[in-house]
Amino acid sequence: MHKIARRMAIVLALCAASPTGLAAPATPASTADHSKFGELAGPFDSGEAVTKACLKCHTEASHQIMQTRHWTWDYANPATGQRVGKKTMVNAFCIGDQSNEPFCQSCHIGYGWKDKHFDFSDASRVDCLACHHSGDYTKPFGFAGNPVTVRSEYPPGSGKFVEPIDLARIAQAVGPTRRDNCGACHYNGGGGDGVKHGDLDSSLNTATHELDVHMDKDGLNFSCSTCHVSDQHAVAGSRITMTAADPHPALLRGEKTDRNPAACQACHGDKPHKERLIDAERLNAHTDTLACQTCHIPAFARGGVSTKMAWDWSQAGQLTAKGKPFQKKDGHGHVIYDSKKGAFVHGQNVTPAYQWFDGRVTYTLQDDTIDPTARVPINVFHGEPGAPNARIWPVKVFHGRQPYDVERKTLLVPNVAVPGDTAFWYNFDWPKALAAGAEATGAPFSGKYDFVDTQMLWPITHMVAPKEKAVACHECHADDGRLAGIEGVYIPGRDRSPWLDRLGWLAALAALLGVALHAIARILTHLRKED
Amino acid sequence: MSHTTPMKRIYVFKRYERFWHWSQAVLVILMLVTGFEIHGSYHNLGFERAVRLHTLSAWTLLALWAFTIFWQFTTGEWRQYIPTASKLVAMARYYMFGIFTGAPHPYHKTVLKKHNPLQRLAYLVLLALVSPVIWGSGLLYLFYAYWGRLGLDGWLSLEQVATVHTAGAFMMLVFVIAHVYLTTTGHTVFAHIKAMITGWDTVEDDAGAGATKPR
Repeated sequence: MHKIARRMAIVLALCAASPTGLAAPATPASTADHSKFGELAGPFDSGEAVTKACLKCHTEASHQIMQTRHWTWDYANPATGQRVGKKTMVNAFCIGDQSNEPFCQSCHIGYGWKDKHFDFSDASRVDCLACHHSGDYTKPFGFAGNPVTVRSEYPPGSGKFVEPIDLARIAQAVGPTRRDNCGACHYNGGGGDGVKHGDLDSSLNTATHELDVHMDKDGLNFSCSTCHVSDQHAVAGSRITMTAADPHPALLRGEKTDRNPAACQACHGDKPHKERLIDAERLNAHTDTLACQTCHIPAFARGGVSTKMAWDWSQAGQLTAKGKPFQKKDGHGHVIYDSKKGAFVHGQNVTPAYQWFDGRVTYTLQDDTIDPTARVPINVFHGEPGAPNARIWPVKVFHGRQPYDVERKTLLVPNVAVPGDTAFWYNFDWPKALAAGAEATGAPFSGKYDFVDTQMLWPITHMVAPKEKAVACHECHADDGRLAGIEGVYIPGRDRSPWLDRLGWLAALAALLGVALHAIARILTHLRKED
Repeated sequence: MSHTTPMKRIYVFKRYERFWHWSQAVLVILMLVTGFEIHGSYHNLGFERAVRLHTLSAWTLLALWAFTIFWQFTTGEWRQYIPTASKLVAMARYYMFGIFTGAPHPYHKTVLKKHNPLQRLAYLVLLALVSPVIWGSGLLYLFYAYWGRLGLDGWLSLEQVATVHTAGAFMMLVFVIAHVYLTTTGHTVFAHIKAMITGWDTVEDDAGAGATKPR
């Protein structure tokens, strides 16, 4: 016992003395303490003033970020030839940005984008703090992406006030991007925590191992940028141009490559399972047909935050007897009806749907003609069943019901969120809201509108479960399993030749019957002889 | 059955042979049970466990066969499986008619000729037809991950291989049914099974039935 105690003491002493030992004092990771910079002493009366200070040292930062979609919200997709990006895309949630910019641009990494006249070349309008603050920076709805530095009444005349924040203190505490920086917008798309994606919500800020093995706060504790590596402020990974298949080994540090660092295979390779020799790489053979996510994300919205599965705008606008908007909640406290928005369906621990996907996504854009007699796909994930460049992917299937122009057969963007006479949230008047929205998008509006069923797909790629919780074999290798109806792949346990089965069982039955009759005949003839 | 002729005991199945037979029997039944679960015919162990057991059984049976082939050739026992046409019809007629009337068994088992002509033919079909179907498709199935490296990608589909493998399984199932039933057709119902357990069988003691126990 003494010996062990003495050895332990020596080990502990060594640890304490070692520069990497547990007992060593924590060294800041960065070589720069921004709180010591005179440029950041403040006070700052606007976001632009902070950015100008940042640019004194980080001279190229704005120009870098201005090349990216985080700034432009605009993207010409080379894979499909479509002009997409949040600026003009239509979705099945809050539908569209145009005419709602002062509200929606809270999630733009810039200051003052309130209409189409925003100056995209003004470097001082880049919002450095949105992605680099340490926790208490906010860009309230309604201020066109500006932080509030003076106590302000919002909506005007409402008697409700937004309190100012101290930009100097926030600027002095900047650092590398954190999960909550990205999450402020990427968790809250669609107007609330977890609403859109299903696999991204605030539960990831304090993720358990169970929720996400990479973001586990007591384990690997990855930030978003650990996988979504950025180079010159261009962040890897996109749901518009996805990496659906990456049949290559893991990347080596420093390797010259065009591959997407956010893909699982970038670190794990495409044959990651260590298997017993006798299993002959059975699991690794699955990666030719399945995305990693298909088995390793058994369900989404697993962190206790629900995601919206359906949104019916056609129900919006019901008012109380006194003409006031109202909300209804379900037993879990989730809003299932809101006069401003319509009716919702929520989901937690949702089993994804599955489909072939090769990374190409096309969207139904503002000008595209729709067929209102069927459910309109807001986006389509392309991929030929069984194709070498496609994999079976998990997706969230979201159902919407949203306004469209009955004569022009196009989807409509309503003006909803900006206080004023045309905004739906303030006057509950669809024709006005849709006319104002159409004007902002530049599209003609016939004045005749109705609501159409829509569908929107979201790739499921976050919330990677521990391997013990991966989708079990029998969940797909079965009739009516998770992959029921997926073509282009033979799945043992799901697929079989019915005629061979009939023939085989018939043969076995015939054999059984034959031996049974033979046995009976033997017994009967034997008994007769005994008599 | 009437025992008009004197009987004697002979040592037909040697220790290795019996070990081979019974371990093979267990493995084949295990593979049928797990195989049809993988096929989706019913749910018992669960797909994953069924696959594990099926694979493990396959490897075990391969190892057993490696030893058995060695044993067959070193002992010369492989000759027991050379087919013969003599008394083939007589055997068939016996199973169809004679067995009911108490006619004498047309074949006299000896240590050197322990399988009757029908048995020999059945085992030959098993070895030359059913086995290649099962093992050929089974090994391709097992090594699916290596098809690309083996250049088989463009030639085979998993569906074809699985279908052939299933066809083989049904053939094996029919064999097992017939085989198990025919064990009851000895001079007593359990005589054959007892022989396969102890090695000793009781046969009619006609002239020169052979040595009772080989060296």
